[in-house]
Amino acid sequence: MNSTRTAPERPRGLTVKNGAAGDKVFSGLTLAAGVTILVVLAFVAIFLTIESLPALSPSLFSDQDSIDSADSFWDYVWPLMAGTVMASAIAILLATPVAIGIGLYISHYAPRRIATPVGYVIDLLAAIPSVVYGAWGMTFLAPLLVPIYQWLNTYLGWIPLFAEAEGASVTSTGRTLLTASIVLAVMVLPIATSLCREIFLQTPKLHQEAAQALGATRWEMIKMTVFPFARAGIVSAVMLALGRALGETMAVTMVLSPGVFSLSLITSGRNGTIPAEIALNFPEAFGMRQAELIAAGLMLFIITLLVNMTARWIVSRHKEFSGAN
Amino acid sequence: MSKSITAEDLNVYYGDFRAVADVNIEIAPRSVTAFIGPSGCGKTTFLRSLNRMHEEVPGARVKGDLYLDDDNIYAPGVDPVTVRSMVGMVFQRPNPFPTMSVRENVLAGHKLNGTRMSKSEADDIVEKALRGANLFNEVKDRMDRPGSGLSGGQQQRLCIARTVAVEPDVILMDEPCSALDPISTLAIEDLIADLKEDYTVVIVTHNMQQAARVSEKTAFFNIAGVGEPGKMVEYDQTSVIFNNPSNEQTERYVAGKFG
Ligand SMILES: Nc1ncnc2c1ncn2[C@@H]1O[C@H](COP(=O)(O)OP(=O)(O)O)[C@@H](O)[C@H]1O
Ligand SMILES: [Mg+2]
Repeated sequence: MNSTRTAPERPRGLTVKNGAAGDKVFSGLTLAAGVTILVVLAFVAIFLTIESLPALSPSLFSDQDSIDSADSFWDYVWPLMAGTVMASAIAILLATPVAIGIGLYISHYAPRRIATPVGYVIDLLAAIPSVVYGAWGMTFLAPLLVPIYQWLNTYLGWIPLFAEAEGASVTSTGRTLLTASIVLAVMVLPIATSLCREIFLQTPKLHQEAAQALGATRWEMIKMTVFPFARAGIVSAVMLALGRALGETMAVTMVLSPGVFSLSLITSGRNGTIPAEIALNFPEAFGMRQAELIAAGLMLFIITLLVNMTARWIVSRHKEFSGAN
Repeated sequence: MSKSITAEDLNVYYGDFRAVADVNIEIAPRSVTAFIGPSGCGKTTFLRSLNRMHEEVPGARVKGDLYLDDDNIYAPGVDPVTVRSMVGMVFQRPNPFPTMSVRENVLAGHKLNGTRMSKSEADDIVEKALRGANLFNEVKDRMDRPGSGLSGGQQQRLCIARTVAVEPDVILMDEPCSALDPISTLAIEDLIADLKEDYTVVIVTHNMQQAARVSEKTAFFNIAGVGEPGKMVEYDQTSVIFNNPSNEQTERYVAGKFG
């Protein structure tokens, strides 16, 4: 028997390694996937641009002198851009501290038998369709907020955000930009919380123990090791959440009663966002109006791109001290 | 500075599992004591109970008493955070804070204590701690570079500098050289010899030559079998443990018969 046993086959050269073929296939696949994404993105951008041209420059690309809704495209789109950015920024401002707080509670404070179910519930919240959030915001949250808005106006009315808009009084329905922002904040909370929790949990035990062995309390340990370690991750989580808030259509469309731009967050019939504007008007739009809406979509695309590039930049600035080395 | 350690009937449990049983030991101030024994016999567990670090494992608890000089660190009302600022710890794998520079790493403990100090005071503390860890000359030109950019041996000495910067009474080391090359190991061993001038040093090591080189007294831990608690079998002058142990298990272990 022994004589018939063959020795395990050895690689013959130094250049051919076992599994090299697998490596090639895999790197090919990842390359293909990456290229596909870029190509799709480029097509979307090209489509948006071409379809937007009549609105961006009516005299060159259409037989009209100006667009339908305003004197120039910028006059038309800047209030929408401002509304979109404002609603999303407020939503993120509200959601981020809460997400970090809950994430930290689950990862570092709660006993495991509480942490696990709380984590599941948060993940479940992420699965609720946005129409449901919209309906909840419109019928339940908005009326509930009316007295609070009145209070804000009475006592903090000197801040432009809580002042009455010109020619209108404080909302009586609650369907304002601030309500939309709060609904957006609730909507992005699950994803932001989940990501924060994951990031906090990845802080190396090694470094946490180093802090504790120096006599750090739990909170000091978190400030010393968890937050610095998680900084890049938190930025990414916030940006993902921001991306979702920027593009959110249904909830805002249902909650907000839109109108012209105003700094006042607590007046109905003021402000609007690009996605809601598109959703409300696209079905009946044709010709120049359609070009306007698509051009507005292009602006949203650019805003989102800028947000993501900023995030990348923030993350990369601290690479050397990130613990990745 | 520098306190004695006295354990009385100290038991450490992970939940219902007793990992260390009935340890009685007295460790003199300004000395180096080595803990040796086979894997899983509870050396790390016992070491971590000396500064209450075991409490970071859910369900871990201690029964018994442990005195630093005359203060029982397990008396009711004692804050583990205070204990840890008196009993520093160096870990098996070097763990400088990756988001901090060399300088910030050394000052980390002072930052925690909220010590107010001028830049020149801070510089003095950094230099003293780094000199104390035999590291100053190697890093004096890269104080503001990340601590994680140093070599493994330098990182471990940076961790020691970080520990001595707050001038604890006791320094615990859990296999501090097991992730290091022989040259770095020698550097750390030299350092340990210096440290005992000022501190009570307790070191867990798998390397018996190392125990023989650095320590004055050695404690041998052993387990009867899987699921049995670890026990301290023998504790004596290092020379006695290695040359003339009174317990047969110790003799077999130091002769390399098992473990
Ligand atoms: N975090 C833990 N949870 C539960 N059991 C543990 C934990 N750490 C160690 N143990 C158990 O305690 C015993 C002693 O382990 P340890 O102190 O790490 O031994 P040593 O450092 O001597 O190798 C082992 O049986 C080990 O399985
Ligand atoms: Mg160990």
